[in-house]
Amino acid sequence: MRTQRIWSIIALLFGLLYFALPLIGTLEFSLRARRGVYSLDAYRSVLSDPQFRETFGYSIVMAIFTILVGALIVVPTAYWVRLKLPRLRPVVEFVTLLPLVIPPIVIVFGYIRLYNTSSFLPLTGSIMGTNVLLLLGYTTLALPYMYRAVDTGLRTLDVATLTEAAQSLGAGWTTILARLILPNVLIAVLSGAFITFAIVIGEFVLASLLNRPAFGPYMQLVGANKAYEPAALAVIAFSITWICMGLIQLVTRFSKHTKAKR
Amino acid sequence: MVPFTVFAALFLILPTMYIVVGAFRTADGGFTLTNLANLFQPSILASYWISIRISLATAFFGCLIGFALAAAVTLGGLPKWLRGPIMTFSGVASNFAGVPLAFAFLATLGRLGLVTVVLKEWFGVNIYAHGFNLLSFFGLTITYLFFQIPLMILIITPALDGLKREWKEAASILGATGFQYWRIVALPILWPSLLGTLALLFANSFGAVATAYALTGSSLSIVPIMLYAQIRGDVLQDPHLGYALAFGMIVITGIANFIYVFLRARSERWVK
Repeated sequence: MRTQRIWSIIALLFGLLYFALPLIGTLEFSLRARRGVYSLDAYRSVLSDPQFRETFGYSIVMAIFTILVGALIVVPTAYWVRLKLPRLRPVVEFVTLLPLVIPPIVIVFGYIRLYNTSSFLPLTGSIMGTNVLLLLGYTTLALPYMYRAVDTGLRTLDVATLTEAAQSLGAGWTTILARLILPNVLIAVLSGAFITFAIVIGEFVLASLLNRPAFGPYMQLVGANKAYEPAALAVIAFSITWICMGLIQLVTRFSKHTKAKR
Repeated sequence: MVPFTVFAALFLILPTMYIVVGAFRTADGGFTLTNLANLFQPSILASYWISIRISLATAFFGCLIGFALAAAVTLGGLPKWLRGPIMTFSGVASNFAGVPLAFAFLATLGRLGLVTVVLKEWFGVNIYAHGFNLLSFFGLTITYLFFQIPLMILIITPALDGLKREWKEAASILGATGFQYWRIVALPILWPSLLGTLALLFANSFGAVATAYALTGSSLSIVPIMLYAQIRGDVLQDPHLGYALAFGMIVITGIANFIYVFLRARSERWVK
């Protein structure tokens, strides 16, 4: 028991060192912009850059739309599979996990070739079309996380009974989905939404290859051209990820309280 | 169901199929294996090889260190309150990939990074003079571990929780030492989970582009970066070779994921 604890502490200290050093290093580096003293110059320079605001705003808008589209696609599907097609569940689950198997760069490669200007659906021909394509690409990347979250949320519900109750009171499918299922899985959707947000904000490959002015390619550009600003950007990006994960924790804790105590 | 099917078909299945089919096509549409055969040229093989080596190294060390940390937290007799923060942090760090991760390591282990400078000024050790370079196989491996280790912790902790206390007690009643318990009881049960996670980590690092690109530009020629350059500007001067390159990536990550799923199903026999 004694030796085990010593080994555990050694492992933990090693882990602490490995994970803390890059974070401290980044923070320290981001403050070094003015010679000799620590200052917030790098942050000031980043925040006052109009391109930062544009790309950051663009990515936030994209993230919000991705969450909406993702929820619109995933919630009805997960509900329908649970209610009517339980036999299809393995298939749907497999499909939702595919974006983790196929590297994103391959997926976007397919998009570029499949939806070019001379194809049946020339999405890359116009700016709006490319935006839509990027949006749907992000939805694909977020699919595994969104589906998992919603499906777990549905597990705690008695979907069949709820649906029958609603139907016998005269509700149609839209009413059932919008006023019964969605409020019940809202917490799950939210936790999927935050992870989607974290993914979309920092995403680089899709945005870069589709030539859209998103935050990821902007960060890369700054990284290639400036010294201290990248570290400041990394600190900002890491804080966003932290906030998203913190919100997921908060939301799941909140959901535990709303459940009836047994 | 219809929107989902249409969506998945149009934006997931079809694009992938297009690449796969393209890998077996000539420029005028006939069937061919030349594209795949063309993959076997030294420069492309070399980049596959370095990609595989990096992925193996990060998966192996990610598994080893992640396992040690997860074991320390679950079984090592550390205070209980440590567990929550470590799991939360793992959730954050496993998602902290991409461009910012590269910046973080440049700021830490780059030529002017904190650790480099501290080692030089306080201990007189210039790691760059000793052949260390962040923009290399070794540097990339260290960087990737930042998201690989947390992923391992997240996946393996439930498996470690599944080790029943009774097994340990039974083993020690029969006179087994701690080492014997691990070697004869615990590890054989965990083996499928461990190997499966290894495969998953392998696939995870094999497909990663952003971190490597932001870190090294295009100086380190791993497969995803080569493909990135190919999509941008057809550097291979053969679009169909690009398809073949992408197809090769799908095959490799596909095999790795298949191993993961297969072994995961096996490991669930014990951990119930």
